[in-house]
Amino acid sequence: MNRTPKLSAYLAAASVLALAAAACSSGGGAQQEDAGGNAEAGDLTIAMITHEVPGDTFWDRIRAGAEDSAANHGITLDYNSDPSASEQATLVRTAIDKGVDGIAVTLAKPDELKGAVQEAEDAGIPVVAFNSGIEEWQDMGVTEYFGTDEALAGEAFGERLNEAGAEKALCVIQEQGHVALETRCSSLDEAFDGDSETLYVDGSSMPDVKSSITSKLQSDKDIDHVVTLGGPFAMAALDAVSDAGSDAKVATFDLNKEVVASIEDGTIEWAVDQQPYLQGYMSVEGLWLLNANGNDIGGGTEPVLTGPSFVDSDNVGQVAEFAEKGTR
Amino acid sequence: MASTLAPRPAPAATTEKELRAGRRPLLNRLLSRPELGSLIGAVAVFAVFFALAPTFRQGDSFATVLYAASVVGIMAVGVALLMIGGEFDLSAGVAVVTAALTAGMAGYYLNLNVWAAAGISLLVALAIGFANGAILVRTKLPSFLVTLSMFLMLQGLNIAVTKLVTGSVSGPNISDMDGYESARAVFASSVPVPVLGGVRITVIWWLVFVAAATWVLMRTRVGNWIFAVGGNAESARAVGVPVTRVKIGLFMTVGFFAWFSGMHLLTASGRQQSGEGVGMELLYIMAAVVGGCLLTGGFGSVIGAAIGAFIYGMTTMGIVYAGWDNNWVMFFVGAMLLLAVVVNAWVRRQASKR
Repeated sequence: MNRTPKLSAYLAAASVLALAAAACSSGGGAQQEDAGGNAEAGDLTIAMITHEVPGDTFWDRIRAGAEDSAANHGITLDYNSDPSASEQATLVRTAIDKGVDGIAVTLAKPDELKGAVQEAEDAGIPVVAFNSGIEEWQDMGVTEYFGTDEALAGEAFGERLNEAGAEKALCVIQEQGHVALETRCSSLDEAFDGDSETLYVDGSSMPDVKSSITSKLQSDKDIDHVVTLGGPFAMAALDAVSDAGSDAKVATFDLNKEVVASIEDGTIEWAVDQQPYLQGYMSVEGLWLLNANGNDIGGGTEPVLTGPSFVDSDNVGQVAEFAEKGTR
Repeated sequence: MASTLAPRPAPAATTEKELRAGRRPLLNRLLSRPELGSLIGAVAVFAVFFALAPTFRQGDSFATVLYAASVVGIMAVGVALLMIGGEFDLSAGVAVVTAALTAGMAGYYLNLNVWAAAGISLLVALAIGFANGAILVRTKLPSFLVTLSMFLMLQGLNIAVTKLVTGSVSGPNISDMDGYESARAVFASSVPVPVLGGVRITVIWWLVFVAAATWVLMRTRVGNWIFAVGGNAESARAVGVPVTRVKIGLFMTVGFFAWFSGMHLLTASGRQQSGEGVGMELLYIMAAVVGGCLLTGGFGSVIGAAIGAFIYGMTTMGIVYAGWDNNWVMFFVGAMLLLAVVVNAWVRRQASKR
């Protein structure tokens, strides 16, 4: 049996690895527990479950808002996300298993989440919706909604393009199959007097975003405005415009630090902000109020709108310092 | 390639070894099983989360873990069989979505009973498998390239055709059509099980499929053919194995499971989004490899692939139950895969030394 010690050595190495993996990440768990353990009376655990595509600055703001509100009230916040609708539904079920005190969920693909939201309500866990699902939240028995009306935002954007005298706009969608993004472009098209065209790009790869926009601008010289649907994509569009030698202007939905700086120096025309920080903050706040005092923000029937809020050269000064902190 | 055939516990080899060694020690027999590495991994992962995440210990949480495992596990059955037969299928992830979209659109726009739409979808899914297999056999190109092309084409077709037909990027909602309730009962209902509470029916189907595939693999002539084709296709052909039919059949088997998974996705909500499924194919392959399937074919097991999927379910859900930052999920899945392949390789070396 001269090989047995070797076997146990391998097993030991494997378990050390497993333990090491467990040790380094349980740090995150312990920190969260420090913020407010589940067992202590009066402390709440709230699960926030989104359809975040990893690596978009937009979600950092949602999370920053949620964490600030959670910190204000000593709430333990469990944040989880998955871009696939069925996986997101499974995450809602894990929150039910955990017996959290409230669930805040984005309803980007409402049909897929209907079952899981129903299960949460059956389990007596209050659910609020935010960011997407403005058409569906009431039918699903959700009591509050914090977000923007994408159709309204798209129309406002289209009218702004009319004011700017645009004739041909390119609407860049970074995630194929996302209903809210499609709505922005189609509503923009309806309100816009000029021509608008939709371009799909792979939002998880910035080089792809940039080269797709570049080649589109090279092949269609009539485009005078590029519309992006997220802050990081606006920056890629700026690069693409200069690469293509086009004189198209760039305007965008959603803000981040770089977009604010570009509005300040005049390279980006304007941004429509749906205030993601507010969406995250209000979702946690809403669940807290529901728990602490039985209040319904929005009265249980009306959505609470967080946008569209225009940021341009006139008001960018007020926004800049908050954008610098990563909260707007 | 001959060495990859050796570890298979063929009756003849066993007797020969028994003659040589007098008897076959238990450890030896254990080590020659492809599932061993994954079994050790599963026990370790289970122990870690059992210790660290109180929610993980509840019955209903375990039901959620099993569900997450079954979604990957059902596809891993087909993918493992295909890998033992020596080929890959990178199109498996988006083929699931293709099947769901086909059933949804056929049902809605042709005004069919959901079961009739499911039948059309099954034909499409099997046709995709057949196309993969036939192109592979005809061109003799590696399956990596053939199915990569199929993957990209299906990804484009899913979105383009859906947009063309429905005017939007999500499929139609079929939840109020005839046959939906009975289809939902078969593909996406919940079954009460003691201790665990409501277990999703995919878990039951998963176990049935694993048992059936294992029986085919270990007890039938077709099973022998699959091992032979994966071990060495030329020698297999020389001894009269219908290599072409086996390979095409294996791709169509993956197509069947893609159809099944697609029907689950569709009937779970009544609607399917067109952009999903990308990246899932690698999870299926991961489950099969963690479970001991060789990338070169000829060796592996369906039970191992099931354990691989179970490890995946425990890891992804366990991290949530433990309250860890879910940005780390994929890192742990990757680390698990690396650990499993290293252990598997070592175990195989030990087994072949004896």
